[in-house]
Amino acid sequence: MNEYTYPILFGIVIGTALRVFMLRTDYRQYPTYLHGKIIHLSLGFIAAALGTIAIPSIMEKEFTAVTFLTLAASQFREVRNMERNTLTEMDAFELVPRGNTYIEGIAVAFESRNYLVIFSSFLVTLCYLAVNIWVAIAAAVLAFVLSNILMSGSKLSDIVSVEHSELSFEGAGLYVDNIYIMNIGLPERQEEIMKHGMGFVLTPKSFSIRSTIANLGQRQAILHDVSVTLGVFRDSGTPALVPLIKRDLNDGRIGVFILPQVKDPERAKEIISAVPVLENAIQMPTKKR
Amino acid sequence: MKMEKAILAAVTTQTDKVHGSAAVFQCETKEEMDAVAANLEAILDGIAHALSDHLYIIVKH
Repeated sequence: MNEYTYPILFGIVIGTALRVFMLRTDYRQYPTYLHGKIIHLSLGFIAAALGTIAIPSIMEKEFTAVTFLTLAASQFREVRNMERNTLTEMDAFELVPRGNTYIEGIAVAFESRNYLVIFSSFLVTLCYLAVNIWVAIAAAVLAFVLSNILMSGSKLSDIVSVEHSELSFEGAGLYVDNIYIMNIGLPERQEEIMKHGMGFVLTPKSFSIRSTIANLGQRQAILHDVSVTLGVFRDSGTPALVPLIKRDLNDGRIGVFILPQVKDPERAKEIISAVPVLENAIQMPTKKR
Repeated sequence: MKMEKAILAAVTTQTDKVHGSAAVFQCETKEEMDAVAANLEAILDGIAHALSDHLYIIVKH
């Protein structure tokens, strides 16, 4: 026991608790089970320890110890790779795949959460050693609040308005509103689609948003989220029953055609509105600097 | 081998309209054409697209 024991313990506990707080299991399905969680909690603990010991090292004039942080950075980049690889492997077996953009978004989130843990542990230990425990507790609370803000990106409902729209056939062409989706030849298939299918139109709220929702990865994410939550009326080997999103080239609106197992337009609308806007899909064509 | 965007077969009641390397299935009636196309769709993992009332193509996407 020395003067650094409690500050280090405090920093590690806060950092690990923060990682627990940021570890969400929801419809995105990962990490779902115990093992996935253990991996992330262990890495969170390591991140907390690395962030914490930087301060006592500096105080002991052991400046080289700080270079350990670079080691941490390369480790957590590895986390991103691990997530990307696992999810890409699994994606091949999904009826409606997530798509690479969504996977990359999840991988980035996992990496950045470890950095948030490092910064928070660094901060609370610094406050503990430089001032006192009360300031450190205040810093910890601040870290939790900030993490909560940084963790939540925007939702689709922030950038588009979602409206339910009837499906229709013109000959063999399937339409959502006036947006052409695909050619379905067999009358039998057309009946199935009219019975189980639902259509939605997403209208962008501003010009910049057009290119964001036109992104193929963002569109795939919408289909995946709806299919995961409402189920999907298809099986392998039924390519005619694939949910699709097509774009109106004139005004940038997006027509969503889905085949859920539970046909509930209100619920589907809620789900589409809550789809995260993928970081990698965001474009800002009107922003100059 | 992974095939993308290929016409796997054509199902028609008017054979004179279709030529080329894809398998062409000639049918007598619209009902027969529907049945053959539905079967081919399932067997080939493709989608039956209607080009006209007399012609379906089975396409792999």
